[in-house]
Amino acid sequence: MLPERLLNAVILLTLLAVPLAALALDEPFIITLATKVTILALAGVGLNLALGQGGLVSFGHAAYFGLGGYAMGILASHAQSFTPLMEVPFLIEGTKSMPVIWITAIIVSSLAALLIGALSLRTSGVYFIMVTLAFGQMFYYFAISWPAYGGEDGLSIYVRNGFPGLNTLVPIQFFGICFVLLCVVLFFVSRLNRSAFGLALDGAHQHSERALTVGININRVRLVAFVISGGITGLAGALFADLNRFVSPTMFSWHTSGEIMIFIILGGVARICGPIAGAAAYIILEHYLGDVSEYWQVYLGFILLFVVLFAKGGIVGALTGSRGKAHG
Amino acid sequence: MTTILFFEQLLNGLQFGVMLFLMAAGLTLIFGVMGLINLAHGSLYMVGAFAAAAVAGWTGSFALALVASLAAAAMFGAIIELTIIRRLYARDHLDQVLATFALILIFSEATRWVFGSFPLFLNVPDALSGTVMLPGGIQYSLYRLTIIVIGLIVAAGLFLLISKTRVGMRIRAGENDREMIGALGVDISVLYTLVFALGAALAGLSGALVGAIQSVEVGMGEPVLILAFVVIVIGGIGSIKGALAGAILVGVTDTMGRTLLPILFGTFMEASSATAVGSALASMAIYILMAGVLLYKPTGLFGEA
Repeated sequence: MLPERLLNAVILLTLLAVPLAALALDEPFIITLATKVTILALAGVGLNLALGQGGLVSFGHAAYFGLGGYAMGILASHAQSFTPLMEVPFLIEGTKSMPVIWITAIIVSSLAALLIGALSLRTSGVYFIMVTLAFGQMFYYFAISWPAYGGEDGLSIYVRNGFPGLNTLVPIQFFGICFVLLCVVLFFVSRLNRSAFGLALDGAHQHSERALTVGININRVRLVAFVISGGITGLAGALFADLNRFVSPTMFSWHTSGEIMIFIILGGVARICGPIAGAAAYIILEHYLGDVSEYWQVYLGFILLFVVLFAKGGIVGALTGSRGKAHG
Repeated sequence: MTTILFFEQLLNGLQFGVMLFLMAAGLTLIFGVMGLINLAHGSLYMVGAFAAAAVAGWTGSFALALVASLAAAAMFGAIIELTIIRRLYARDHLDQVLATFALILIFSEATRWVFGSFPLFLNVPDALSGTVMLPGGIQYSLYRLTIIVIGLIVAAGLFLLISKTRVGMRIRAGENDREMIGALGVDISVLYTLVFALGAALAGLSGALVGAIQSVEVGMGEPVLILAFVVIVIGGIGSIKGALAGAILVGVTDTMGRTLLPILFGTFMEASSATAVGSALASMAIYILMAGVLLYKPTGLFGEA
């Protein structure tokens, strides 16, 4: 049984070592898979802040993931067709610059999380799950029926967006960007969890009446956590769109919300590196079971059922021999 | 827009609402009695539709197909309740969501395995095809009218079952205090299986009835499931009355929105962009309705705090 801190280091180093080894062995596909794991893990880290630390079971995080993706798709498609995004009241041009796209994605998805969070947090428990799910689905139907940006077919971006000083079309360099972003966000979230704010959020989850009695404004704490969580998932969405050079309404689908949640439960709820382990396990399953059978999701279903019913701590819990602290 | 078209759409909205009610009633009962959020309810809807399509293709009888949809959905409902769902009652909502999401994956892929990826077709029986003339000169599809009638009969039956019978009394008691009715000697696990199978049967019936209008395909239950959630949020959890009111509200808003909004925008915009804006907004109408209800009364129209 490993201490969790050591396990986290092992998980991160493995995530770094696998694509480097693949580079040495000239296996670009493995690098792409590792990039996908990194990006999906980032989405999971975002949801984990709300779900694990805050106990807010959001089934609508696909909304922020998709908004991040469309932020990238819309900006880049205007840049590639050389048409401005809007001219009145002031000119906004499309862009192919990753940092600008990331910031836009974070802002847009945080604003959506603010709006949805403010409405959804009026409810709790099972209502909260249904309301977040429904609002997420609203974006899905909107994206399908709004023809300007591809509608149901989605948007293709021909060339990956650029980052100053790097060639993002080289798989390992794009992986590097995603990995650094994941580490930055992980550092931020782990600091946040130990800050006064993080403790207040955890307190509001563990025992909301008590947190209320000691003077914590639990609604505000939850809303702030929900907004940060949405922003992180939005960033992941922008990266995911860049990885595929394609955005479509599928990113908004409730299956996406479910998948992000699966990363967390497979990895271990409220574990800082749980989403990485979970996303890696998911991608490995998808890749190898997909070879075995076209109907691999049956096996995924049974594995998920097993983890939920019998192995609550997920991968991190199993390897550290402890149950999640904030869950239960 | 003519009055006739308006009333026809109103009836379509009512028909849609009645179908949503059959879904939402089961969900809300299961939540009310067992405290369980069941995402796999959409899968039971799908099971009902597939069972009906298979039996109709086999025997050619629509009545038998409906019976098969009820039986198959109730049977699968009872099976998953006995094997999996009952382990979840004491768990938190996150576990319930994930486990029932896992069930969706299993059901969908297994159905694809058995029936293939192509949609099946369930035909409206000859006796119910064609149109009828309603008072006011409205030509309306007989089958859709039949759905409305069946839905309303089921709603009335459900009200009677819950308010007048012994089983209904136990269900209501279960909603109030699960431990207490167990302590009073009611076999609570049988009651749970019964409620779950009843909810499943309603979902299956709804799937079969809708299956004759649309195509029967894998994943058909999911959009309906999410709309049923919207219905429950609007109506209030655990309330059958709320489910009926919410379902009709959602059904009518959605159907009317899709017809009226493009026409409304057409009065001051050019036709093609009016259709685009109108239909995009119409797809959001029920969620905006839900947001409005949440602002006004977070526990739903008929829910208790």
